[in-house]
This record gives sequence, C-alpha cells and structure tokens, in this order.
Amino acid sequence: MTLTINSISAGYDSSIILHDISVELKQGLVTALIGPNGSGKSTLLKVIAGIVKPYAGIIRLGDINVDELKGTQRAQLIAYLPQASNSLPSTTVFESILLGRKPYISFEPDSEDLAVVEDTIKIFNIEQYAFKKINELSGGEIQKVLIARAIAQRTKVLLLDEPINHLDVKNQLEIMNIVKHYTASSGLITMVVLHDINRALQFADEFILLKDGYIIERGSSEVITPHVLHEIYGIEADCITYKKKRKIIII
Amino acid sequence: MEKLNLQNRESEYIKGHIVHTYIHLVKNKLLFGILLIICIVFVFVYSITSGSLQIPLSNVFSSLVSENEFSYIVNNIRLPRSVAAVIAGAALGVAGCVMQNILKNPLASPFTLGVSHGAAFGAAVAIIVFNAGTSHSIGNESVTIFNVYAVIIAAFVGAACAVIIILFLSFLKNISPDAIVLAGVAMGSIFSAATMFLQYFAADFQVAATVFWTFGDLGKAGWVENVLLAGGFIPVIIYFYSQRWNYNALLWNDDVAISLGVNIQSLRLTGMLLSAFIVSLCTAFLGIIGFIGLIAPHIVRMLIGNDYRFLIPYSALFGALLLLASDCIAKLILEPVIVPVGIVTSLLGAPLFFYLLIARRTP
Repeated sequence: MTLTINSISAGYDSSIILHDISVELKQGLVTALIGPNGSGKSTLLKVIAGIVKPYAGIIRLGDINVDELKGTQRAQLIAYLPQASNSLPSTTVFESILLGRKPYISFEPDSEDLAVVEDTIKIFNIEQYAFKKINELSGGEIQKVLIARAIAQRTKVLLLDEPINHLDVKNQLEIMNIVKHYTASSGLITMVVLHDINRALQFADEFILLKDGYIIERGSSEVITPHVLHEIYGIEADCITYKKKRKIIII
Repeated sequence: MEKLNLQNRESEYIKGHIVHTYIHLVKNKLLFGILLIICIVFVFVYSITSGSLQIPLSNVFSSLVSENEFSYIVNNIRLPRSVAAVIAGAALGVAGCVMQNILKNPLASPFTLGVSHGAAFGAAVAIIVFNAGTSHSIGNESVTIFNVYAVIIAAFVGAACAVIIILFLSFLKNISPDAIVLAGVAMGSIFSAATMFLQYFAADFQVAATVFWTFGDLGKAGWVENVLLAGGFIPVIIYFYSQRWNYNALLWNDDVAISLGVNIQSLRLTGMLLSAFIVSLCTAFLGIIGFIGLIAPHIVRMLIGNDYRFLIPYSALFGALLLLASDCIAKLILEPVIVPVGIVTSLLGAPLFFYLLIARRTP
C-alpha cells in the first residue's frame, strides 16, 4: 500500500503555502520532512490528516480517496500528532491513550480497545505511570504518551510533527527508535517533521526537502548534500561518513 | 528460554494489572454517581419536609397517595419547587460543563454567552414596555408580575437573541473560543445598558418589578413549568452524553480532535446552542440562578477527573444537589421569609469560587 499525494496546493485563507506537491510514500518506511520554518512542513501533514482542506489535488491511500472519507473513517487510517503544546488536559495516561481508540468506539470501549491500550503502554514501557495525570509528567514522558495515543489508533499512516523537539538526546533516541521499529514491524507509512538533520539521517529511510511550499529534493539520504542544504537554509555545511552513515556538520 | 517465559509471565501480570486498575477506577467513578443520587434523594426528601411549616416524613408520603391537611402544600408548593431545583440545577450544571469544554475556558458558564443579560432585557421589555408587571402589596411581597407568561416568553426571546447573535458571528467568521467569550461579555454589556435605559424612563414600580424578576426563585415553578423544563432538558442531556467522546477529544487541541474524526465547528455550535437553550429556559421560568453552572462541573472534575463520560451526568447530578441544598438554606436562613435561591447560590458560590481560583488546577 502506498500513500499518494498528487498535485496538492493548500494554504490558509488567501495565502498559498503548498504549491503543487506530489509525492508517494511507501509502507514500512519513515519519511523525514525537512525544511526551514514556514516552508509548509506542518501544513503538508495537516492536509494529509484532513485538518487543512487543500485547494487542489488528491490524496490516495492505496485505492481509497481519503478526501471522500468521513472524519471517523479517515481517523481509522491516518493518525496525527501535532507540535508540542503547553496546554495539556488533566487526564491520566491510560485515558489519553484510550482516546486513540475513539474512531472505533461506538458506545464504550470493548475488551479489544482495552487490549490495544495495554499493548501500546507495554510497547512504550510506560506501565509505571499509566494512571498518573499526563500534565504531571516530564517532557519526554509526555511525548511518549502522545505518540502512544497516535499508535493506539492502529492506522496505516502515522504523521508526527516535530515529535522530538525540546527533548534531551536520550529521549530523542528512545522515541525515534520506537517510531522506526514500529513503522517497520507494523508496515506503517510514517512521515516525521524533523529539524535535526542528523537525527533524520539516523532514523529516516526517505527524505523530502521543502522550501517556500515547493519540494526541492526527495529520495534517500544521498539527496542531503551541502549544496541542497545551502539552497534551502542558506547555510554552509559539510557532509562526512561515520560508521557507514552520512552526517552533516554545520559550519 | 525459562527467562523468556518468566518475562512473558511478568508482562502478562502487568497487562492484567493495568486493565484491573482501570476497571477498578471506573467502578469507583460509578460508585460516586450512586452516592450523588443517594444524596439528592436525601436532600430532596428533606426539602419537602422542611420550611416554615415542618411536615413529618410520614405525612409527606401519605399526602402523596391520599388527601390530608398537608396535601396542598406538598403537591402544589414544595414538590414542584424541589423538582424545579433538581431539573434547573441539573440543566445549569451540565450546560456549564459543556460550555467549559467547547470554549476551552475554565471560567465559562451557561451565562458566558450573555444569556442572563439578554433574559433580563427581555423581561424588562415585557414589564416596562408592554406593562406585564406592576407593584402592589400582599404581605411581604411588594411586587407582583401580572402577566407571567408574557414575561417568560420575552425573557426567553431576549436570552435567545443574545445567543443567536454570538452564534451567528461564530458561524459567519469561525471565530475562536476566546473571541466567543469576549463577544459574550460585549453582548452582556449591550443588553445591560439597554435594560438600564428602559429602567431609567420607567416608573419606580416597574423598575422594582424588573429587579424582582431577576432574582432566581424556585417558587416561580409550578408543574407546567417543570414539565416544560424537563421537556427541554432531557433531550439535550441525551445529546450531550452521546457526544462524550467528542468532548474528550476536544480537551486536546483542535487539530487533535479533528484528526480523531471530530467535526469541531458543528460540535461547538450545537453545544453552545443547546446549552443556551436549556439555560434560557431555566432563566425565563425561574430568573437568574448564578454560580451553579460554573462550580458544579469544577467540583466534579476535582473529584473524578476530566472524563466527559462521567463529567456530563455527574455535573448534572451535582448541579441538582447544589441547587436543592441552596434552596433548603434559602427556605430556612430567614424563616419564615424565603430568600430567592439565586441570592444563596451567589452568596455561597462566590467564596467557593475564590477557593477554586486559589487552588486552581488545569481543567
């Protein structure tokens, strides 16, 4: 199954943010969305999640035109995690993850919903604070819970907007490891907005580089070159290879 | 291999333990609901027996099945009054609960959209412009409203106007919850000024009648009013309860709610419209009863958490309990004079509200 984004143009009110974006995402791969602030990364995720309606274009998941789906049907296929917010509700970790089952719950959660929540809590190794209030947790713990909620949605597509911002290195690695592992093992189509290019090179399989709402480059890690980084960020950078992985050094 | 089995058994234990804890917490919340219902029954029975004339419990029950010396008081005065307290308290509690959610504002209440000022203006128009009320002396009561239903209809129309203008703005420009709250304040100010304008040119007895009308008073309720209140309230709370998972999603930011399949614009508009409808109904029939809609959801939230599966029914139950208890105090505090319950709820609600502000928790 592939997620096909075909000639999408989108924006807010009269300003166009995304211009004629076409891209195809494959199952089991993590795609990193890279670009400067205001380049349209978050808008692209919101368009796929159905939060921003595109002016033109079509999004297909396999044979399904996702724009024709009702909100709940779309939520069964696409999970979305927005950028970190300061205001969190005073709900427990269990309740927060259970909310990920909302698209499947008609009246009350059944045993399958509870089993999914249990399994997700186990995947993220957060049993010890399953019944703590989410707004009493540390930044890394909160981010784990939020991604756990998106994963509990059991969708085909996972969209994460800056999931490791403001986290320490240990938490960054832990969260990206879970995302990478879960994407591969469950055959998810995962798209992650990342500002840390080296973290993207470490965990992503595919890369899309955006600038001013246009795709500048896309492909494997080979597309991330000092020349491209200069083009989209206007910075001087160098590229080295460390343990067979490309690394970027910002000069 | 043995180590792996041990790990599996340990994880199975943790899994079972998590579900067990969750079910245990849900059962505790259900018990809390049963406790609330028991409290309501006790206070309800007490409210029937208490007042300037104490009626023994056995006589209350006997007056329900056969005619006795207390039948008139029980069936026509106390019972409709206490039933009105339950319905109006529940309506105000649940409306406040939903308004705080959809406006993302812990200080939102059923009156945030300017319902009370709109209703007061409507009543003032009926009393002053259409001469629906005047004053004369009957014992302690100095003011009587002659044409009660004209005032009720005018108050309801006034409250509805305030809400419809805000909802129209919201629908037209898709304004944010914060802007809706501010629009409610502005709308309240406009209606308040309009009421004062009418009062300035009115005769003193008409001004007295408009002020008297604004006192929230359960004594205004009869069986007809209760049937109409219940007829409005029951379908609305059923709708609110059916949306409980959507309200849970709306606790998070709007983008999360949309990505979980919630139509937030429709949820907000319907929630505001129905909250305003039941509160307008209560206000038109009973006058302005403050603070119940604000504090009932807050107290329930502190006790059982932020899950709208429980918060919606329990805010209604707690609102009913608070208004019933306030009415008991209103009847007894200056016996034999019955103080309008709106004064008691505001007087008791304000200190409680200060406490909530000081010990404020994230909603």
